[in-house]
Amino acid sequence: MILLALNPLVSPDPGLFIWSTVTFLILFFLLSKFAWKPIVKALDERERSIEDALAKAEMAKAEMAKLISENEDLLKEARLERDSILKEAKEIKDQIVNDAKDLAKSEGAKLIEKAKIEITNQKLTAMAEIKNQVSSLSIEIAEKVLRKQFEDQGKQQALVNDLLKEVKLN
Amino acid sequence: MDLSHIFNSKKFVNISFYAVLFSVWSFSAYSQEHKAADNEHLSATAEHAEPAEGDEDISQMILHHIADSHEWHFFGNVSIPLPVILLTDNGLVTFLSNKFGHNDHGTEIIDASGTKLVNYHGKFYYPSKVKSADGTYISHDSQGELINGKPLDISITKNVVSLLISAIVLLIVFIGIANAYKKREGKAPKGLQSILEPIILFVRDDIAKPQLGHKYKGFMPYLLTIFFFVWLNNLMGLVPFFPGGANLSGNIAVTMMLALCTFILTTVNGNKNYWGHVFTPHVPWWLYPLIIPVEIIGLFTKPIALMIRLFANITAGHILVLSLISLIFILKSVFVAGVAIPFVLFISVIELVVGFIQAFIFTILSALFISMAIEEKYAEH
Repeated sequence: MILLALNPLVSPDPGLFIWSTVTFLILFFLLSKFAWKPIVKALDERERSIEDALAKAEMAKAEMAKLISENEDLLKEARLERDSILKEAKEIKDQIVNDAKDLAKSEGAKLIEKAKIEITNQKLTAMAEIKNQVSSLSIEIAEKVLRKQFEDQGKQQALVNDLLKEVKLN
Repeated sequence: MDLSHIFNSKKFVNISFYAVLFSVWSFSAYSQEHKAADNEHLSATAEHAEPAEGDEDISQMILHHIADSHEWHFFGNVSIPLPVILLTDNGLVTFLSNKFGHNDHGTEIIDASGTKLVNYHGKFYYPSKVKSADGTYISHDSQGELINGKPLDISITKNVVSLLISAIVLLIVFIGIANAYKKREGKAPKGLQSILEPIILFVRDDIAKPQLGHKYKGFMPYLLTIFFFVWLNNLMGLVPFFPGGANLSGNIAVTMMLALCTFILTTVNGNKNYWGHVFTPHVPWWLYPLIIPVEIIGLFTKPIALMIRLFANITAGHILVLSLISLIFILKSVFVAGVAIPFVLFISVIELVVGFIQAFIFTILSALFISMAIEEKYAEH
């Protein structure tokens, strides 16, 4: 109690209480209206815009990554396609060459065959002609020989005798 | 936020404060009792006559420096007189505080436009009919209590001037910042804006949001006003010369006003849960006669604790600094300054931290009390 009695500090002064209340309320009103409201609003807005910007950047980054991976995929696909096209072209080329070769071979074989047949035919024809000529020649020769031999009657008789002898023996 | 190191140093400040204060008070209490005993025998001795040099003088000096005043003292005899406004029985009486000289011992009756008054220790009273034995026009009852009537003093005192200065500074600074925000919309803060923005964000993110949750927005203006008001006045109180030096946030009328604002806010915003918690607490019915009064007392102890905490912390800092400086005069040696001044510097630096922490604590407790009042669901213990 002696401390309290000693100390005028702990007894609130009504004058200062009134002044501080009035001042504080006016200060509160003015600051709320003209300072805190715009400040808090601006801070919130800025925070929101920063967050938006960050989100957008993140999105752009994802988009970019997507694009890059897409590009890579495209490139890979293109490369694969190129490879396959090349391979196919090679195959086609090979086939064409092979086909040509086969065709040439078979064509050649056919020609040879034909030639052979032709040759054989020609040979046969030639043989037949030769035979004809030989037979006609031999007939001519034989005619001539015979004519010559049978110009003399005695010889003709001798021959008939010979032939008859032979028949008797049988 | 880890405040343990600050609280530790705060504890240290408190301990040293109590040590110094107790010694000062016990000295003065001793000399008072001593004097009272003397007075009984020798009633002619004036209790309130000019005190002789000594401990009494020092404690009076300290209290004088902490208390409000009708003039703003600079140094020596240089001071600004401030207007005195009194609501007396004869109506409003106004005059400048130096109009009737500087006699504050109550030995002289002044006549302010027809109203007779007497200035006793910086306060104005109606004079007694007859002069007391000690030469003053102030009468005491047998308990030693003053019995003179007193007009309502609504003067522009030193504290009121300091209050107005701080209000103007706050208005200029924060409306300026608000304009900067409007002008530089969406851009990075600049200058004063960038200094104070982290503190505004601190109030929002570390005080308002954790306590009040999603309903923090409506209470932001109040919490920001109270935080910066208390902080600025704490800092201004630490400046030993004009425009600082007034012990405004260490004045119980001001802390009472601030605590009352928080009390009114909590009471007005109190929802069904809050009042239900007070009048139908979750205890067996037969405990109601015990618990309900306790809860009702609890409604009032919270703002009272707010009031006392800020007042005591700030006043303690002032008393501590003044006591350390007074050591030079108590020990009557200028060489004590070699010890006292570094110590004062040290305490002043701690007081800078305390000024911030007390503003923070006042604000966070206000937010906490409001959050208790607006809490949707009563949390079961």
